[in-house]
Amino acid sequence: MHFQSFSEFLAMGGYGFFVWLSFGATYLLLSGLIAASVYQHKQFKQQLKATIAREQRVKQYQEQQV
Amino acid sequence: MFKWLDPYAKSETLYHFCGKLLPYLMVSALALLLLGNIWGLAFTPADYQQGDSYRIIHIHVPSAIMSMGAYAAMASAAFVALVWQIKVAHWAVLAIAPIGAIYTAIALITGMAWGKPMWGAWWVWDARLTSELILLFLYLGVIALNGAFSDRQVGAKVSSLLALIGVINLPIIHFSVEWWNTLHQGATITKFAKPSIDPSMLWPLLISILAFAVLLMALTCLRLRTAILVNEQHRPWVRKLVGG
Amino acid sequence: MVSLVFLQRELRLLARQKADWLNPILFFIIVLSLFPLGVGPEPNMLRIIAPGVIWIAALLSVLLAAERLFKDDYRNGVIEQLVAGRQSLLPFVLAKTFANWLSTGLPLLVLSPVVALLLGLGQAELGAMALTLLLGTPLLSLLSVLGSALTMAADKGGILLALLILPLYIPLLIFASSAIEAASMGLGYQGQLAILLAMLLLALALVPMAVTSALRINVS
Repeated sequence: MHFQSFSEFLAMGGYGFFVWLSFGATYLLLSGLIAASVYQHKQFKQQLKATIAREQRVKQYQEQQV
Repeated sequence: MFKWLDPYAKSETLYHFCGKLLPYLMVSALALLLLGNIWGLAFTPADYQQGDSYRIIHIHVPSAIMSMGAYAAMASAAFVALVWQIKVAHWAVLAIAPIGAIYTAIALITGMAWGKPMWGAWWVWDARLTSELILLFLYLGVIALNGAFSDRQVGAKVSSLLALIGVINLPIIHFSVEWWNTLHQGATITKFAKPSIDPSMLWPLLISILAFAVLLMALTCLRLRTAILVNEQHRPWVRKLVGG
Repeated sequence: MVSLVFLQRELRLLARQKADWLNPILFFIIVLSLFPLGVGPEPNMLRIIAPGVIWIAALLSVLLAAERLFKDDYRNGVIEQLVAGRQSLLPFVLAKTFANWLSTGLPLLVLSPVVALLLGLGQAELGAMALTLLLGTPLLSLLSVLGSALTMAADKGGILLALLILPLYIPLLIFASSAIEAASMGLGYQGQLAILLAMLLLALALVPMAVTSALRINVS
């Protein structure tokens, strides 16, 4: 462990703002990208599922009519 | 020679293959990232010249290297897609482009945050920062070009072609920018023969680079799976998979 | 021979659509005359910014003409016919590029003495500017044909084209303006000219190939 205390760790030898700004921005962007990618995947699956279910209902209805 | 690769050009096989790999890749990427960054942040000595501000290197260098690595991967996919007419490779190009753009943005932001205490300004027209900015433009061009077509197939093909054109231009742009501004720091890590970086600082850096590489693979897998579903939504196997 | 037929057709079209090539030239002159109004007419200041300003104005004016290069041919179905005709697209692409250079690059070259007058350039800079324009504008034409071919079937053109091809112009901008700058300081600039020529030859070898495949993709 390089730092003596936690507050020293946060201060980063006076460069705290720049160091935490970079790490913060990085983790924010990366987690945003991961979350967006996961969301898109789930969203599309749900949407497609709804579409398929609707098509099946329409088909069933048409079969009943005959 | 590459016959064993053939099944992976089939979208269904690739979808399941990516699905199997995804959890391992994602978990190991996040674990490596945390390990490398915590090690780099708390357990390495401070640089004798730059103090603790050099710790930004643990995300700046990995994101910069992998932003170029992502472009290389995207261009290889584009080459495969255009030469052998493989559809999934086109989708891979489009899956990688946003990841590369985010990595490039990270490299730029961290470069600026590092430049402020070191050079005294947020933005200096340094050759590497400038090249990285142009790389961001190239990524945005690929993404925007794909978005401009209402026909998804044509958009994917044209974007692949642009990615290939970009890869021929990148070295030319890079060297002309370098020539334009020879005021830049010497390479830190490429000189493996005589590393100018202390070994105790090198290990966490290498781990972080590996973490960014694995994360690139994980995100590509994830986004490629979505792209396969979107493009193959009328195929029976997708209908069975999602609807059943 | 086929190239000549295509070239004749392009030139006839240009003669009918005068705005297509007159507007970029006017734009070039107007942008250049705006700079002294914006930064002040001091000769020293103008001499410092002239190399960059000239080339940025040239890039933008060529970009203006690039937008519509293939659009009409695409809408009329000309390109579709050419692709369906199983003939090589190369003569068509070369004729298009050459006609584009004749209508946008060559006028800039002819206008360079006027530009030198506007920005107060000396003999040496004028020579360097003319030489860089001679080597650089064909490259500009090649790249704008490329960008135009890529976005031919796109629904939203316009600013997209600028986003695609302006980054590709950067090496040209760097070396061309540095050649003029070197000339203004009384230094030799053969090196920059050689690099410009090398880039032009490389583009001449690769761009027509990329353009033909872009055209084929766009009509498929």
